Amino acid sequence: MTAYLAKRLAIAAITLALASVVVFAVLEIVPGDPARVMLGMNASEAQVEQLRQQMGLDGGPVQRYLHWAGNLLSLDFGRSYTYSVPVIDLVTERLAVSLPLALIALALSTAIAIPVGLYAASRRGKTGDVISMGAAQLGVAVPNFWFALLLVYLFAVWLRWLPAGGFPGWGAGIWPALKALMLPALALALPQAAILARVTRSALVDVLSEDYIRTARAKGMPWRRVLWGHALRNALIPVVTIMGLQFAFLLAGTIIIENVFYLPGLGRLIFQAITQRDLIVVESVVMLLVATVIAVNLIVDLSYALVDPRLRHRT
Amino acid sequence: MSLLEIENLSLSIGAVPVLSDVDLSVEQGEIVALVGESGSGKSMTALTVMQLLPHAARTSGRVLLDGANLLEASEEHMCTLRGDDIGMVFQEPMTALNPLKTIGEQVAEGIRWHARASRAEAEERTRRILDRVGLPEAKFPLSRYPHELSGGQRQRVVIAIACALKPRLLIADEPTTALDVVLQAQVLDLLRDLVAENRMGLLLISHDLAVVADMADRITILRNGQVMEDGEAAQVLSVRTHPYTRQLAQASTHVPEIRAAAAHNTLDSPQAPLLVVQNLTRDYPGRRLSLLRRGAPTRAVDDVSFSIAPGRSVALVGRSGCGKSTLARMVLALDRPTAGEIRFRGETLTGRSEVELKPARRDMQVVFQDPYGSFDPRQKVVKLVTEPLHLLEKSPSRAERRDMAAAALAEVGLGPDALDRYPHEFSGGQRQRISIARAIITRPRLVVADEPVSALDVSIRAQILDLFADLNARLGIAYLFITHDLTVARAITDEVMVMEEGRVVERGLTHAVLDNPQSGAAQELVSAAPDLKRALERRLREQG
Repeated sequence: MTAYLAKRLAIAAITLALASVVVFAVLEIVPGDPARVMLGMNASEAQVEQLRQQMGLDGGPVQRYLHWAGNLLSLDFGRSYTYSVPVIDLVTERLAVSLPLALIALALSTAIAIPVGLYAASRRGKTGDVISMGAAQLGVAVPNFWFALLLVYLFAVWLRWLPAGGFPGWGAGIWPALKALMLPALALALPQAAILARVTRSALVDVLSEDYIRTARAKGMPWRRVLWGHALRNALIPVVTIMGLQFAFLLAGTIIIENVFYLPGLGRLIFQAITQRDLIVVESVVMLLVATVIAVNLIVDLSYALVDPRLRHRT
Repeated sequence: MSLLEIENLSLSIGAVPVLSDVDLSVEQGEIVALVGESGSGKSMTALTVMQLLPHAARTSGRVLLDGANLLEASEEHMCTLRGDDIGMVFQEPMTALNPLKTIGEQVAEGIRWHARASRAEAEERTRRILDRVGLPEAKFPLSRYPHELSGGQRQRVVIAIACALKPRLLIADEPTTALDVVLQAQVLDLLRDLVAENRMGLLLISHDLAVVADMADRITILRNGQVMEDGEAAQVLSVRTHPYTRQLAQASTHVPEIRAAAAHNTLDSPQAPLLVVQNLTRDYPGRRLSLLRRGAPTRAVDDVSFSIAPGRSVALVGRSGCGKSTLARMVLALDRPTAGEIRFRGETLTGRSEVELKPARRDMQVVFQDPYGSFDPRQKVVKLVTEPLHLLEKSPSRAERRDMAAAALAEVGLGPDALDRYPHEFSGGQRQRISIARAIITRPRLVVADEPVSALDVSIRAQILDLFADLNARLGIAYLFITHDLTVARAITDEVMVMEEGRVVERGLTHAVLDNPQSGAAQELVSAAPDLKRALERRLREQG
């Protein structure tokens, strides 16, 4: 178990290091001088030179990379050029919106997907299965911003239950803030739920044909208990894998959704930073997203060991 | 009134008829065997009694347990019967247990459900039944997971689940087919004792007449879903009134005629040996205990030396896990020995590169156990059979390949029409012929066969054994036959090597070793191996 843990941690650390090289290299590959790219064509030489120094652009690439990576490790992300504040402050402020949004979306998608997958698998080939999997197919096919528009039309314009966009801030109280996150989270969750429901169903169908399911039924366990007690836990292993892989897409989805709903989150920050050529912010936020995805997949790997006793004994 | 009474049972799945007019009964304390080849409907009969048939199944007739018709019972009622009044043991112990639950949980689950027992009480009863099936708590705590147990131990857990509530009817579907002979004998003894202790009725499903002759009071022989013959077991199997019974009994003790005539009678051979194995050892690294520490390595093969003369047929027998397959893999140069040397046709194989091994590979081919798993389902037979031809010095043309494949198929008794078909179009026996054709297409001098007939039905097994004997006589191919089935060893080999814990503990002429085993391992194997003739003699003697 400790060996498994150590190995996974090492793999995560190596992945993160490689990703940082790629992110840094992309910035290097951007044609021309990054400082000039950020400042635009009309900037004076003096301004460019000043920014070059501020960004630490003098010196060789290896030296600059080490300097940058060292700063990242000590959580010093530099200063945003457009906002003129430390990037770390920007990021923490925006995380207060994006993190709850992603977590609510993840919880919602799981809460929708697993019951639907269970239902479809236990009625395999019957009408209920066909209808729910048809709906899931639709969910996979329709893009999340389209869902977002439909949800806004239904809940904000027509029913007037929830705000159509914007974020009052957590200072305005938990409930108004949560209300503002509801529709975006749902729009993010639906396509994810559709994919997860299909995975849950097919994993369950596979597990239900296993010999140990027959053993459990031969013990006299009613169908429902076999499904929940024996099949679901075994089927969760592939489901959790896909969940981890899909988390990256969920984060990518926040960029679009936060723009549709005018939420001051990380996605909107990175979008604005790109349009304003604020490369320091882009770099930092991308690294943060990469680290999050790696961390989620590390958690997934560790959760295997919790679910599956066979892994606890392997390296 | 019988405990179980099956009357005029017919079953179809979709449009396919599976059983027709089957009659069968089991009394309390009685062992009834249901015998037949694959596809005869044995397992479906068992699943009908359990009411665990696939959804598309339609049944007619009556299945009475204590007079109540199970075919009309509701699912809720069946749930109260399954596991409580009827227990079931399955064929494949490796997959029959939930890998994520401890053995304690899995045994206790049924006890808690049926007996409404408290957790502590259920655990106590679980301890008792696991102890009874030979898994005492001191060595096998309830917190063990299935993957920590061997196949035989897992089958004991399955038996514990089935017998925990002392069911009145126990159904065992090929309970020992996946186990080696020694474990088979132990598990059969356990079942026999449990039946006697609790006056259970046992419906024993098997394809092995020797097992049945040893165990059963009565027997029902099934073929294509119909009862061929039934009656008192020893009587039916010794008198053999029905032609199908006769055919089954003869096939299960079949000895190829060519062999009977041309058996070698000495260990010595005038020719130089084809294969020489010297002081061969293979260690596997131990399990990693922590980041830096590993457990002691496991020695799978321990200082083995032997030789095989050209044209000789040698059996390698032993219990599962004794190192037979590891040894065979090293002979085939698929695994590197830790120490020792292998010489084939006078050339050293150990430590050679793949290119240097090419000529040796041409003269040495392999036949695997599972005729279903050893072919790519998307390739035609001609492609599959000509696969080893890349080993030839000069690559044959397309037309030549086809001719060679047709010739190889002809050797194994298949027509040229087989060339353009896919593996799924063939039966298990035909597929094993195709894999033998693939092995002989390069005209090898040695074929290593790993349990080549143990997945086949007895009548097909007899045909394949004939084919092996015929190829040996006509083409002079030497065999290294890996098997745990002594009947097969006796039927087809000149010499036998008995392995135990990685070492060859006994070696000699096959009939000499099997008739008069000297080592403990060989004695154990011989006494545990089911033997139809011996079993029938014993039963008839007991009955006077």
